[in-house]
Amino acid sequence: MVTFINLLSQWAIPIFLIVIPTIGLSKKIPVYECFVQGAKEGFNTVVRIIPYLVAMFIAIRVFQQSGAMESLISLINPLTSIFHIPKEVLPLALIRPLSGTGALGILGDLLATHGSDSFIGRLASTMQGSTETTFYVLTVYFGAVGVKNVKHSLLACLASDLAGLFASVYIVWRIFS
Amino acid sequence: MINIIWFAMLITGIITAIIKGNMEMITKATIEGAEQAVTVALGLTGIIAFWSGMMEIAKEAGLMNFLARLMSPIAKRLFPEIPSNHPAMGAILLSFSANLLGLGNACTPLGIKAMEELQKLNQQQETASNSMCTYVAITASSLTLIPSTVIAFRAANGSVNPTEIIGTTIFATTISTLAAILVDKVLRNFYY
Repeated sequence: MVTFINLLSQWAIPIFLIVIPTIGLSKKIPVYECFVQGAKEGFNTVVRIIPYLVAMFIAIRVFQQSGAMESLISLINPLTSIFHIPKEVLPLALIRPLSGTGALGILGDLLATHGSDSFIGRLASTMQGSTETTFYVLTVYFGAVGVKNVKHSLLACLASDLAGLFASVYIVWRIFS
Repeated sequence: MINIIWFAMLITGIITAIIKGNMEMITKATIEGAEQAVTVALGLTGIIAFWSGMMEIAKEAGLMNFLARLMSPIAKRLFPEIPSNHPAMGAILLSFSANLLGLGNACTPLGIKAMEELQKLNQQQETASNSMCTYVAITASSLTLIPSTVIAFRAANGSVNPTEIIGTTIFATTISTLAAILVDKVLRNFYY
C-alpha cells in the first residue's frame, strides 16, 4: 500500500501533464494560448497574497523571536501535563500552525535529541504529519481572493489543530507503549 | 478573531522584548518577516502560473465539470451551497487529491484555484462564504496518506523503522479533519 501510494505520488504530475493537454487538443482547444492565458493570472495572485503574508510573518516572527512563545509554553505546561502531553513537544505543537519550516526544525531537533524511536520522537513525528501550517493556509487562501473577514474558519482550524494534538498523544500512547 | 490573534502576537512579543530588554530583536524580526513574505510569495510565482495555465486548459476542456460530477455524492453534504457540476467542485477535488498524495508544491496553487472558483459563487466578496470556511478548515486540518518528509527526517535520524508512524499519523489526521468539519458545521450557525 505504501509503495503504491508513493508510486502514485511520483506519477501524478507527469500523468496530469500528458492527460490535460491531450484532452484539450482532442476538444480542439488552442492549448498553448489557453495555458498562457491562465498562467498570466498566476502573477496577479502572487501580488495579491503579499500584503497578507507580510502581516502574518511579521507577527509570527515577533512573537517567536522575542521569547513570548517560550513564556506561553511555560504558562500552559501545567495544563497540558494533565493530559499527559510531554512538555518537550509543546514548542512543536505551538509552532506547527504558525511556521512549516520552523516546525521541521523543531522536529529535527527532537529526533536528534531524544531519538526517532523514542516516545517523544514518535509523538513529534505523528504531530508533524497530522496537521498543517494553519495560519499559512488561512493567509494565502483567503488572501488570494481578497477575503478579509474569515468568519468562523479560524476557530474551526484551531479546534482541528487541538484535536490533532490530543489524537496524536492518544494513539502514540496506545500503539507504542 | 484574526484581528485579536494578530494583535496579541505583536503586543505580547513587544512586551516580552521590553521585559527582556532586547528591543533590537523586534526591529530585526519585523524586517525579516516582511522580507520572508515577499520571498515566499515570489518563490510561488512560477509554480502558481504553471498550475493556473494547466487548470485553464482543464476547465476549457470540461474536465473540471467531469471531476465535479465524480465528487458530487460527498460534495453535496460537505458543500451544500455549491451547485453540482460547478467547476469549483472539480478544483476542490484536485486540491484534496494533491494534498492526499503529498504533492507539496501543487497544493497551494490548486488550493488558490479552488478559492477563486468559490469566490465566483460568493455573495459578499470580502467575507468568507460557508463553502470557503469548510474548504479551508479541511485543508488546514491536513489530508495526509504518507508523511514523506517526516519519514525522511526519521530515517536521517537513525530510526530502525521510519515508516512506523504512518498508521498513527493517518489516525490523528483523520480525527483533526473530522473535528474541523464538525466545528465548522456547528459554528456556521453563529456567524453571518
